[in-house]
Amino acid sequence: MKRDECFRILARHVTDEIVIATYSSAVDWLELGERPLNYFSVGAMGLDSSHALGLALGRPDRRIICLQGDGSLLMNLGCLVTIAAVQPKNLIHFVVQNGAYEANGGHPIPNTAVDFAAMARGAGYVQVHAFSDLANFAQQAGHVIKQDGPVFATLHVEPSKPLTYDYPNLYDAGRRAALKAALQQ
Amino acid sequence: MATDALLEPDEKIRLKGSAIVAAIKASKIEFVLSVPDIVTSEGLLRPIARDPQLRLIRVCKEDECIGIASGLYYCDKRALSLIQYTGFLDSINAIRGVAVEYRQPICMMIGLLGHDPETTPRNSPRYGVRIIEPILDAMGIPHHLINDDGDVGKIRPAIDDAYAASHPVALLIGRRPSS
Repeated sequence: MKRDECFRILARHVTDEIVIATYSSAVDWLELGERPLNYFSVGAMGLDSSHALGLALGRPDRRIICLQGDGSLLMNLGCLVTIAAVQPKNLIHFVVQNGAYEANGGHPIPNTAVDFAAMARGAGYVQVHAFSDLANFAQQAGHVIKQDGPVFATLHVEPSKPLTYDYPNLYDAGRRAALKAALQQ
Repeated sequence: MATDALLEPDEKIRLKGSAIVAAIKASKIEFVLSVPDIVTSEGLLRPIARDPQLRLIRVCKEDECIGIASGLYYCDKRALSLIQYTGFLDSINAIRGVAVEYRQPICMMIGLLGHDPETTPRNSPRYGVRIIEPILDAMGIPHHLINDDGDVGKIRPAIDDAYAASHPVALLIGRRPSS
């Protein structure tokens, strides 16, 4: 399965959730449309899951979906332990595992066979999933994002088509202002 | 209680931990994000862990604090990152990207391990401490030295200003606060 296919399926179930995405995941998620409750955390690789935890703590009334790349999670593996210790019921943590630093030349991550789901389970996530079949993900996605968390799900994906990274657009301060305004309503 | 290797048995208390905790609470801080630091372990972190008015989030690595504080900021919740200067140095890219370039009120309380409080951080005997203020200056981050009880009054205005003007701030703890 491919990342953009998974995201199209996920988008069918997303309503008022806050979605945090970085790098390639942010590009593919933005392709599906603008929404003020998107937060594209680019510039400090790996922190997307920590941003997600902050949002989950700050707004326990909302569900938070983090779309993190495997390279990003590798830069912040400790977040799995921190999140599991806090036990935010409203946090759904996806890692998109394509085995590559896609935004930095497509070089492989140090161990492409790393089992993130096992790490999340060991850290103490309440619900842990791993998907490699698109039909199965399509069947389960709606259920996964409604579970009491912290929820972790690995999406094992193939490399995607070459992406264009419009960082000025992703970084745009207007997006962050829109998110803050949306959360104050 | 851990042995306090830096505080001599007969050393007069010059910085009360209870006063700093009171200033943190007066600054409307709700969340304290921390990796333990021996400078602030007994005087700040342990009482904060017991304080029902503050929610302590223990993180594995200091840069997590920057992301979590940012997420809380979007929800209008104030946070303080309680870390050692080594953790600050390790988090420079996160601070650069999230706090400085995104102009977010990331508030850091940084223990200066190995600093001699009788001198200034720029003249500290410890290389790692000597470079902290120049780095903060280069990044354009306001900083305040909290060295004795007379400095505690700087904390609330510094945090209020960070949130009012949306910029990071660093509060440098120059000696071990009393427990």
